[in-house]
Amino acid sequence: MIRQRQTIALLALVGFFVALYLWLHALGVGGPLKCGTGGCDTVQTSRWAVLLGLPVAFYGVVGYVAIFVVAIAALRPAALLQRGWSLLLLALASGGMLFTAYLTYIELFVIHAICRWCVGSAVIITVIWIVAATGLRSEHGARSST
Amino acid sequence: MNRFYVVLAVLAVVLGIAVFALLKSGGGAPAAAAGPPPAVVDDGFRGYTLGDSTAKVEITEYSDFECPFCANFATIQMPTIKEQLIATGKVRWRYRDFPIPGHAYGRFAAHAAQCAGEQGKFWEMHDQLFYHHQWAQTGKDPSRLFREFARDIGLDLERHDACMQSGRYASRIEFSRQEGLSKLVDGTPTFYINGKKFDGPRANSDVFKAIADSILARRK
Repeated sequence: MIRQRQTIALLALVGFFVALYLWLHALGVGGPLKCGTGGCDTVQTSRWAVLLGLPVAFYGVVGYVAIFVVAIAALRPAALLQRGWSLLLLALASGGMLFTAYLTYIELFVIHAICRWCVGSAVIITVIWIVAATGLRSEHGARSST
Repeated sequence: MNRFYVVLAVLAVVLGIAVFALLKSGGGAPAAAAGPPPAVVDDGFRGYTLGDSTAKVEITEYSDFECPFCANFATIQMPTIKEQLIATGKVRWRYRDFPIPGHAYGRFAAHAAQCAGEQGKFWEMHDQLFYHHQWAQTGKDPSRLFREFARDIGLDLERHDACMQSGRYASRIEFSRQEGLSKLVDGTPTFYINGKKFDGPRANSDVFKAIADSILARRK
């Protein structure tokens, strides 16, 4: 269980910096995105790059910070045996996954362009979800066997 | 457990530096496009033109995209000139670069326009640079804004970026400036009507129309 929460914290930290880079770029910091393909610009300048007046990457920053903070809090000795933390991590990761699935759909079928940084974030949140789900499952298994 | 927090801290520092480096390396006006060229070569280019190639009157404008007088002229006088003189076939308009050395981003703006011209959209970029002239008053690096102009006028951004990075038109711009100096251009905008320097007190659409009409009347 410790390993899983540590892995989630590490992944959330990486995801935070990916989202931070995209957010700062959306705010006008720095020049063109280092992308390798033209897809990032197409995605970042599309009307789907802004949600409720804020750059989509901002929600990524908030989401990863939330996951990171919860994962760190869940590593406290007192929290290690509390299943609620694992449930909360899975819930946050599920929210992130759904949001990412929506954005990926928009990229693939509406904008017809792929941003590598967005793909990177999608991979990170997917792995976080898998780790959170397997962690909860193993926790449940351990409880059942005792 | 403690080792985990050390790994976390190291990762945070490394990723923070990486993001900072990415943002820093991605921005800024490329020196090749923003500064004078190492050598000046005549590539035979003599400026973008508007209007009928057989028009009997040609007005050549030496201009600097960072110059506020040039922006005023482009936004206030040019629409009327286009309508009354260029669209009617009376005048052909030629734009020549004359970046003022004291202007930090004049050459860079001229280069952005040349790169747009490479994709057939010089005049569209010309208008973007003059109609959104706030960039010239802030003193801030306008590279990101110019890129937005490029996007707004429908340029292929990858090609545009590569063009700006290469600075391939820096020599052409400097050649134009030196040509202007040889013709005694002493400020911007400076105009030449059929090769003769316009020395009137006010360059505006009415004055140019009167001059063009008188030339055309004499040639009839």
